[in-house]
Amino acid sequence: MIQLVFIAFALLSVVSALVVLLTNNVLYAAFSLLVTFLGMAGLYVIVGADFLGVAQILVYIGGILVLLIFGVMLTNQKGTKSQGRNDILTENTNRVIGLVVAAGMFGLLYFVFSKGHFAEVQASLFTDTPLKATTQTIGLQLMTDFVLPFEVSGVLLMAALLGAAYLSTKQK
Amino acid sequence: MQQLPDVIRQIPLNNYVWFSAALFCIGIIGVLTRRNAIIIFMSIELMLNAVNLLLAAFSSYKADPAGQVFVFFIMAVAAAEVAVGLAIIVMIYRNIQSIDVGILNKLKW
Repeated sequence: MIQLVFIAFALLSVVSALVVLLTNNVLYAAFSLLVTFLGMAGLYVIVGADFLGVAQILVYIGGILVLLIFGVMLTNQKGTKSQGRNDILTENTNRVIGLVVAAGMFGLLYFVFSKGHFAEVQASLFTDTPLKATTQTIGLQLMTDFVLPFEVSGVLLMAALLGAAYLSTKQK
Repeated sequence: MQQLPDVIRQIPLNNYVWFSAALFCIGIIGVLTRRNAIIIFMSIELMLNAVNLLLAAFSSYKADPAGQVFVFFIMAVAAAEVAVGLAIIVMIYRNIQSIDVGILNKLKW
């Protein structure tokens, strides 16, 4: 049962990622990226990282994707490609080089992953334990062991927001 | 003897490894072949997501929540990256009326 759910979410993610890769319309790419992120959120939940699944929906779908769609809206003019302007339709180039590099990368990953014998998760190796929410542990870790990176990432976000606001002002 | 919930144990870790590798390679092809800067951005997000999922899967199978904290930080940094990157793309669009990376070849050698 759970394998079927895993396969469904994985297929959803991979197929919509392929749509991002192959579609000509930038807006279609943005919307299929939404489906990819939804599938990834489901996979996070299946792997037992419930907090990350919710954070994925909040941060990626609620934040990053909305920003990307705003970017699409701000950078497109209707059907003016012939005048050298930007168009919502776009195309692929360098297909061969891209495929070759990706195939090489996948071959390298295949080599490494088949060398590394990941622990076969067997009944003899692990004992069963009830599934529990990870939110509390992550919160405790953030406030104790990782409090310095937590504060630094807050400063980084602040700096990035200020920088983005400064970059996109009209007059300098 | 390690403890792991039965639900997680039913899916081998290898499945996550291969899924992440596939998604990462799709992202690589996207970065290398697409010409629209925003779609290149989306491909980068795909690659980040693949790595995040693999990190979460390994941390979950090791029953160690530190990996999930790392994923949380990666998400924060990705959000900052998108904010700045989109501001840069919008400024490029204001200046040259296009975000086709094929046009931006002044720095090409």
